Amino acid sequence: MNDNKAGFAKPQSLSDKIHIDFLLLAGLLALMCISLIVIYSASGENMAMVKRQGINMAASIGAMVIAAQFPPTFLRRWAVPLYLVGIGLLVATLLFGHVGKGAQRWIDFGFAKFQPSEAMKLILPIMIAHYITRYALPAKLKHVTIGTILIGIPVFLIYKQPDLGTSILVGSAGIFALFLAGMSWRIIGSLAIAAIPFSFMMWSFFLHDYQKRRVLTFLNPELDPLGNGYHIIQSKIAIGSGGLEGKGWLNGTQSQLEFLPERHTDFIFSVLSEEFGLFGVIALLCVYLFIMARCLFIANNAQEPFSKILAGAITLTFFVYLFVNIGMVSGLLPVVGVPLPLVSYGGTSMITLMSGFGIIMAIQTHRKFNR
Amino acid sequence: MFLRNRTPIRNQALENALFARRAIIAFVGVIILMFVLLSNLYNIQVNSYDKYQTQANGNRIKVIPIAPNRGLIYDRNGTILAENKPSHSLEIIPEKTKNLTETIDALAKLVTITDEERERFLKSVKRQRRFKSIVLKSRLTPKQVAQLSVNLHQIPAARIEARLKRHYPFAHILTHALGYVAKLNKKDQARIIAAGEEATYAATRDIGRLGIEKFYQKLLHGQPGYREIEVNNRGRVVRILNEVAPEHGQDLYLNLDINLQKKAYQELAGRRGSVVAIDPNNGAVLAMVSSPSYDPNLFVHGISGKNYRALLSADKPLINRATQGTYPPASTIKQLMSIVALEEKIITEKTSIRDPGWFRLPNVERPFRDHLAWGHGKVDVYKAMLKSCDTFFYDVANRLGIDRISTFMDRFGFGQKSGVDIYEEKQAIMPSRAWKRARHNQPWYPGDTISLGIGQSYWTATPIQLANSTAIVAASGQFFTPQLLGASQGANGLLQLPADERPPVILRDNYNWKIAQKGMWGVVNKLGGTAYNVFKGANYVSAGKTGTAQLISIAEDEEYDEEKISERHRDNAMYVGYAPFDKPEIALTVVVENAGGGGSSAAPIARKLFDVYLDQRSISPSLVVNQQSTADHNVVGHTH
Repeated sequence: MNDNKAGFAKPQSLSDKIHIDFLLLAGLLALMCISLIVIYSASGENMAMVKRQGINMAASIGAMVIAAQFPPTFLRRWAVPLYLVGIGLLVATLLFGHVGKGAQRWIDFGFAKFQPSEAMKLILPIMIAHYITRYALPAKLKHVTIGTILIGIPVFLIYKQPDLGTSILVGSAGIFALFLAGMSWRIIGSLAIAAIPFSFMMWSFFLHDYQKRRVLTFLNPELDPLGNGYHIIQSKIAIGSGGLEGKGWLNGTQSQLEFLPERHTDFIFSVLSEEFGLFGVIALLCVYLFIMARCLFIANNAQEPFSKILAGAITLTFFVYLFVNIGMVSGLLPVVGVPLPLVSYGGTSMITLMSGFGIIMAIQTHRKFNR
Repeated sequence: MFLRNRTPIRNQALENALFARRAIIAFVGVIILMFVLLSNLYNIQVNSYDKYQTQANGNRIKVIPIAPNRGLIYDRNGTILAENKPSHSLEIIPEKTKNLTETIDALAKLVTITDEERERFLKSVKRQRRFKSIVLKSRLTPKQVAQLSVNLHQIPAARIEARLKRHYPFAHILTHALGYVAKLNKKDQARIIAAGEEATYAATRDIGRLGIEKFYQKLLHGQPGYREIEVNNRGRVVRILNEVAPEHGQDLYLNLDINLQKKAYQELAGRRGSVVAIDPNNGAVLAMVSSPSYDPNLFVHGISGKNYRALLSADKPLINRATQGTYPPASTIKQLMSIVALEEKIITEKTSIRDPGWFRLPNVERPFRDHLAWGHGKVDVYKAMLKSCDTFFYDVANRLGIDRISTFMDRFGFGQKSGVDIYEEKQAIMPSRAWKRARHNQPWYPGDTISLGIGQSYWTATPIQLANSTAIVAASGQFFTPQLLGASQGANGLLQLPADERPPVILRDNYNWKIAQKGMWGVVNKLGGTAYNVFKGANYVSAGKTGTAQLISIAEDEEYDEEKISERHRDNAMYVGYAPFDKPEIALTVVVENAGGGGSSAAPIARKLFDVYLDQRSISPSLVVNQQSTADHNVVGHTH
């Protein structure tokens, strides 16, 4: 208590000055290095693709640095307007959106395309953290209920695009916020029980055919070895044939000979497993674990519940990414389009993720003098 | 504190503790789930490593068999009879074009593509993988190759492929003996599977379908090699991991003499007939001709329906008359009949009869007529052969009876397959009491025996049976299975095929051979002999026997054809003979269907063949193959 006296700013470190947490940054850069190495191999030694990913990374680091400059109070102040605009854009996407790969995810502004569902991954935890911390914690049933509705609206809109992967990520970001806000175990238990009839309803009324097929294929990939099961079977062959030590960089036969689908995007983990083996996988998971540990430490150190809950929700959502991705490529979960965070090729999700880490850095570095 | 001032009812310490608790629970959850992932990965990468390793290799490694080159076939002089020539074909890879019909239409502007070719192509497109190249038009001429090459860059799906294809330079001349190869069909495939030879034939496209090509398929085929290749997900070859070269098939040296064969084919001149020539010293088949013939090269590239229907004509070019044509032997067996009669002491060298021009059985109204209406007068066994007297042999046959004739003729190979090394052979008929009972369900009548004496009645024989029985007489009883193959050349060097000697025909009195031989000598060399004029002036001494068969059809299943009936009623001209007389080197049969008298139509052909064979021998007495060794397995070290 004696350090944090009102009005007294402790001497600023470099980290505080530029609002960057170097430990976290080190973890993120380690992931990006891994990403570039594996993409080079997965793309069939395509340097141009590696360069493009480098540019994506630079841009997302820029986004992180910018996000880190805004103090958490700023986010909190803008929580409601951001949420409303986000919902509005989601509705607009459904109405006028650009159709790509059978789903409307983009709004074309003429000069740039924008994916509102990506922004929602950050806006929703901000909104929920803001809403729930307006009241004393642990959160009451009434606030949890309203929070759930606030989560449900964007999740439903994103799901309708249809984009199951993003709606799961957005939904879990909101739910983690509620969980960290102390939502009682009784509510968690009843929600878990309610989930069973809900999933039946989803199956019969809401799931698209291709989504149903994915689930069925997941349950038994050998049913359809050349169709939907092909991806999972080939991915498991890639991972399994990597063994303990892997076949070596650029030597993965499953990836180099193109038996693996979506090698540089959703299935990049399989390439890594094939070429670097279980040891490589453990190293990767250690980097992830380090990043999450650092983020949860920052969350716990934060001074107000809003920052704590926001940082925690972003961190756990990050975990959902990697759990769903690794789970799906190794046959534990059905195939939903979730990339391996910061490793899969692609700029959009990386910018969102890094902005999220920027917010966490802001929470850490704006702490001492932000009253 | 500041925060507490703003929300006085909140307990920050409590809230911090709550968050810390939740964060720890979440972190523990994260670690548990990470262990779930890891244990699953451990299971896949360590426990099931072998399984997935195998599957990954199965994905990427394909073993591609490489067909061996087929062995070549030479004649006894080393002239090539069957070779492998590069043949250019126009092929399309279906995967590379969006519209097959358009591609074919575009190609049709460059070369003519028949409806049949188009149809066949579209049929095989359905059976093959999309990235495999499929033949649209085969046997491109050099001009077509040039025309296509210039324009092919506009049609990336099409290409010209050069493959080794069997080629028979002598075409029609050797068809029935040599046979041909044709594309493997479903039946062949089933046979290969039944024999468990899928691996051997994995890459093979053609298989021997007839004659030598079929009989020695195994020797000619060779051992396939293979190439281990790495493929990508579309089955495209990425690189070659390992290659084992195929072992080409054995080269075959036939006993056939191409000059003799060619001459025989030319002399038959498209008429229906056959020539078989055999070396009496070892059974080597020197010539085997069946006429009319056809071009075996047509079958190599897949014969068109039109061409094939043309081969189903009344002249039956598809039949190998040398081994499948069953003819009444007629007078060409009179020397054999003499031997039986002498052996059974029905007659002696000195016995003679009076020939009034006919023979009559007691109690039978109808006489058996001689071909000379007024008879030959006093006839002994020599004159009977010289003049081909029928009455003499009616009488002899009558006195011998069916059983003795049948048993004896069996010893010369009648009524049995000769065992020559091709599959297309008929056994023809050497009648007996049992045979007639089984075949016609009738008893044997004495009348049936009479005409056996002049090689008529139920008796039929193939030209190769006649040639071989002549060889047996020429060699005084030595009996060999006729063989087309002389030697084979494989990785172990040249392997001479030993003569297949059978138990000889042993007579009670060896002098009886001399009588028969002398009788045949007279036919050619004594004034008045039925072949005397034909062989006048030859610079060798030969022996022979003419025959004129009073029967029409060559096959029991021949259709009745009104237009041809008059021509087909004419006699078959036949001749058997051997030369040189004192040291025989060649024995032969000539059959010309419906050509009339054997002396006038068949003997002249025999003369020309003896001329060619014996003449050539005097120029180059050492034949390529015989030079290497004599009998037995004689392996001569040979490097390829």
